[in-house]
Order: sequence, then C-alpha cells, then structure tokens
Amino acid sequence: MTGGLGEPNPVAITGFFLFIALSLGITYLAARRTRSAEHFYAAGRSVTALQNGLALAGDYMSAASFLGIAGLVALSGFDGLIYSIGFLVGWPIVMFLIAEPLRNLGRYTFTDVVAFRLRQVPVRVSAAAGSLAVVAFYLIAQMVGAGKLIQLLFGLQYELAVIIVGAVMLAYVLFGGMIATTWVQIVKAVLLLFGALLLAIFALAPFGFNPLALFQTAADQYGAGILGPGGLVSDPVEAFSLGLALMLGTAGLPHILMRFYTVPDARTARTSVSYATAFIGAFYLLTFILGFGAMVIVGQDSIRAVDAGGNMAALLLADAVGGPGFMGFISAVAFATILAVVAGLTLAGAAALSHDLWVHVVRGGVASEKEQLRVARISSALLGVVAIVLGIAFEGQNVAYMVGLAFAIAASANFPALLLSVFWRNFTTRAAQASMLTGTAASLVLIYLSPAIQVDVLGNAAAIFPLRNPGIVSIPLAFLVAVVVAVLWPEPAAVKGFSELERRVHLGTTEPTQATKA
Amino acid sequence: MSFSDDLRRLNEARWRVAGGLTIAMMAVYFCFIGLVAFNKPLLTMLLRPGLSLGMLIGVLVIVSAWVLIWIYVRWANRHYDASVAALRGSL
Repeated sequence: MTGGLGEPNPVAITGFFLFIALSLGITYLAARRTRSAEHFYAAGRSVTALQNGLALAGDYMSAASFLGIAGLVALSGFDGLIYSIGFLVGWPIVMFLIAEPLRNLGRYTFTDVVAFRLRQVPVRVSAAAGSLAVVAFYLIAQMVGAGKLIQLLFGLQYELAVIIVGAVMLAYVLFGGMIATTWVQIVKAVLLLFGALLLAIFALAPFGFNPLALFQTAADQYGAGILGPGGLVSDPVEAFSLGLALMLGTAGLPHILMRFYTVPDARTARTSVSYATAFIGAFYLLTFILGFGAMVIVGQDSIRAVDAGGNMAALLLADAVGGPGFMGFISAVAFATILAVVAGLTLAGAAALSHDLWVHVVRGGVASEKEQLRVARISSALLGVVAIVLGIAFEGQNVAYMVGLAFAIAASANFPALLLSVFWRNFTTRAAQASMLTGTAASLVLIYLSPAIQVDVLGNAAAIFPLRNPGIVSIPLAFLVAVVVAVLWPEPAAVKGFSELERRVHLGTTEPTQATKA
Repeated sequence: MSFSDDLRRLNEARWRVAGGLTIAMMAVYFCFIGLVAFNKPLLTMLLRPGLSLGMLIGVLVIVSAWVLIWIYVRWANRHYDASVAALRGSL
C-alpha cells in the first residue's frame, strides 16, 4: 500500500509545478493591480460574494482539515465528525454576530472594530499580540504539515521543503498582496472540492455508491463502536471545552475576519458566508466518507504504518483506488492547500504588524499610502522568515493539535473583545486590553499546564490542569475580566462613541472609502 | 418619527433575529456535544445497517447550520436591507 510514498511521484511533481506556475501567473497579474494599501490588504474591495465564499472556504479547509480530519476518521471513525461539526458551527456565529458589523466598522483588520470608539494605542497593541499568537500557532501547523508532505512525496529534505513553501508563498504575498492571495485561494478551493469529490466517488464505487454500505463494512471489520463516539472525547467537561473553542474560535481567526474587507459591502459579506458554509459543510461530509474509505480500503494498520497520526490516510486512499497518478494529483492539491493557507496567514500577520502596530501605534494613524505599502511588504517578508524558522523548529509536532490550540487562543483572546466592542455600550479601553491579554495568557498558560504538554511532551506523571483544551476556562475568563474591568473603571468617552458605532454598524460609511483616515 | 427612533428600532430587530439564531445554533450544537459526553451508547445505536443515531444527528447538526443561515439571509435580504435603505434615504 505504501508503494507511492517516500519516492518521487511524477504526477505529484508535475501537478505541483503546474500549480506554482499558475499561481505565479496570477501573482504577476495581481501585482500590476496592487498600487495601494487598500489593494494590498483588501484586494481593492472588489471581490464578489461567490469569490469570497470560495476564498473563505479555501482559508478554512487547511491541510489540517483535509489530511487531519480524514486521518482522524480513518483511525477513530465517528469521533472525527465531532471535530468537523465543531469547525462548521463556527460559521453561523460569524454570520449572525460578526461579518456585517466587521465590514461596516473596519478597514483592514478586526482590531479596527475593537478600536473604533476606544483609545487606539492600548487596544492595537494588545489585539496585535492576540492576532500574532493565533497566526504563529496556525503557521506552525501548516508549515510542519507542508514539510512532512513534501518530504514524503518528493523525497526532499524536510528543511528544504519548508524553505520552498515559505519562498513561494512569500512571492504571492509580497508582489500580489490580497488580490493574488485571494485568487490562489479560489483556485485551490475549487481544486480541493473537486479532488475530494472525485476521491469520494472512487472510494464509494466498490460499495455501489452507497455510503451506508461503506460504513457497515467498516463496522463489520472494526466493530460497531466506530460508528459512535469513542475514546477521543472521554471526559464530559473536555467535550464541552473543545466544542466551545471550536465554535467560537472561527469568529476570532484574523485571516478569516480579514477576508470580509475584500468585498464591496455588508450584503456581499453576508452572501459570501452562506456560500462558504455550504462549501465547508459539503467538504466535511466528503472527508467523513474519505476517512471511512481509507479505513476499509487501505486498512488502519497500513495507515498507522506510514504516519502514526493518520495524516496520510487520504493520500493512501487515493493511491489504493486510483493508482500513483491519482495520488499525485491529490498530493498536489494538498500541497496547494497548504501554500494558499500559509499565504493568507502571513498576510493577516503582516496586517497586524504594519496596519495595527506601525501605522496606528508608531505613526499615530498618519502614514502615506506609499509608506503603508512599504511597511506591509517588509512585515510580510519578516513573517515569511519567521514562518520558515518556526516550521523547522517545530518539526514533528502534531498538526491537528496545533490548529486546535490556535482556535482556543482565537476564541479566548480575540472573540470576547470583538463581540463586546460591538454589542456592549459600556465596554472600555481597559476592559478590551485586559480581556485580550487575559485570553491570550490564560490559553497559553493552561495549554502549557495541560496533559498534552506536561504528560505527553515533558513526561510528567500528571498535569496541573486536567483539560487538553483550555476553552471552557479561558473563554469565560476573558469575558468575566472584561465585564469586571469595565464596571470598575468606566470610560465616558467610549460610551459617547457608541451611538456613532451603532449608526455605522447598520449604515456603513456614507462615502465608499475614507481617504483622510489611515 | 425621528431618525434615531428608526435606527433604534432597526438595531433592536437586527440583534433580536441574530441573537435568537445564535442561541438556536448553540442549543443544537451543545445538545449534540452533551449526547457525545453523557450518552455514548444511545449515539452508537444502529438505526439501520451502516447508520448510527449519532451519525444521523451529526449530519442534522450540519444541515441545521445551513438552515439557520438560510433563514437569516432571507430575513436580512427581505427586511433588514429595505430598512437600511430607507434609513439611508432619510439622511
């Protein structure tokens, strides 16, 4: 079964170079249109609803979703569905509470919304800390996944593979900004949906295209237990903690939130979320079939033999049902996925550094277009290097787990402050600061004290904090701190600004762009 | 009828709908998580060969996310956008 892995696969290499050539072509075209900060961060606000829906889905369907969840299903059956559902139900929350206000209140980053009626400098600094922490964990997951994948497929050295991903991704971001990143994301989303669909059809063919027949065969081979919840979520509190972090994390992911600025208005933002949710839901249903297909057709032992975490299950299934050529195609798609997600993350991180920290903190909100664009590019280059270094330093980390942590930090650090800044009249600068810093610190510290680090990594007998996912403690804590601080230290100026915020939430800006405000 | 009254009414309607739908989504999802946490045998029960109750409920949670979003988009496109346009016009 492992025949195609570990040695160069000609189709994978061809597909991979075709994708790079195509995406660099897109970047070249995009570069000619990238003349201002608005182009660089927000693609000139000219992305349509369907395009943005695909790009959002593309950002969300990372390698961790495709390879990780298919692998999880292949090794533990039903339990993989718990993750998929948690990732999906975050989208209605984004739709109902976040997408439209975000589009109407901000310019480039979600911090614009939090800082709308609060004091700029303290809010920007703490929000940038939260954003960068999320981006860093997410980047590690993607870079490690990319390195491993290329190593397995092309027989390249891990470090070299990480450097190639970093360099190609940086080319998109540096020259083509958000326009190139969006188009690369769209191409990849279509390829990924198409590839997953094709693979699912191939996997279902031996079962008369009846998924239930496939599931029943799996149950016959591995016991009826795999069709129900198993050991993945053993403790009830753990289950709620993970669920809460997955559900609210989406609404705090900087690279997802940033996409709402690429559309012309709130209505387009709204329509794009419904497209994204449709694509993502369909994709997760497909990965469920892929996981069971791999379990039955490839076999759990063969999957574990290649990668203990099951991350290669989808690729092994492609090899088994379509031969090395088809596996090459799916590998190239998986690779394109990682490249596109890394580009989106780098852009979001660069926006936090240049728009939030440089323009608003260092320059007091006044900077020329030329300067903004230059600083944004320098930040991107810096983050590209950081991504490569992190990818090499964290080799061997579990990809899905790192993404889970990024969600926990996003849900604790970014989501409470973002929500309260839009909904709560009496929210204050200090409360925002306290909430974001508490959320970031609490999730990081609790992760460090959890069994995943204390027992699995450090080899201690027991962990100080019993849960693997800190969400159930760190998210309520971030809300509580915000409320307590806002009640103890009221801020009359912030209350006064709330009526203007309320007007803008619904009506947006009267002019399409504010040329005077950086 | 002043502008600020209209805006307040719009604001209340918008967050009543959004809040209700958010609570509905959370209720559906946490019922699912609650079953996963407290009643594993029930979810493992087979409805027919190859289909457990848990899988059916899981798919229904995904479908409910689609349905709630559809309800919201329908409401917003029909009612909310019209009110926003009227309010903009009165400026």
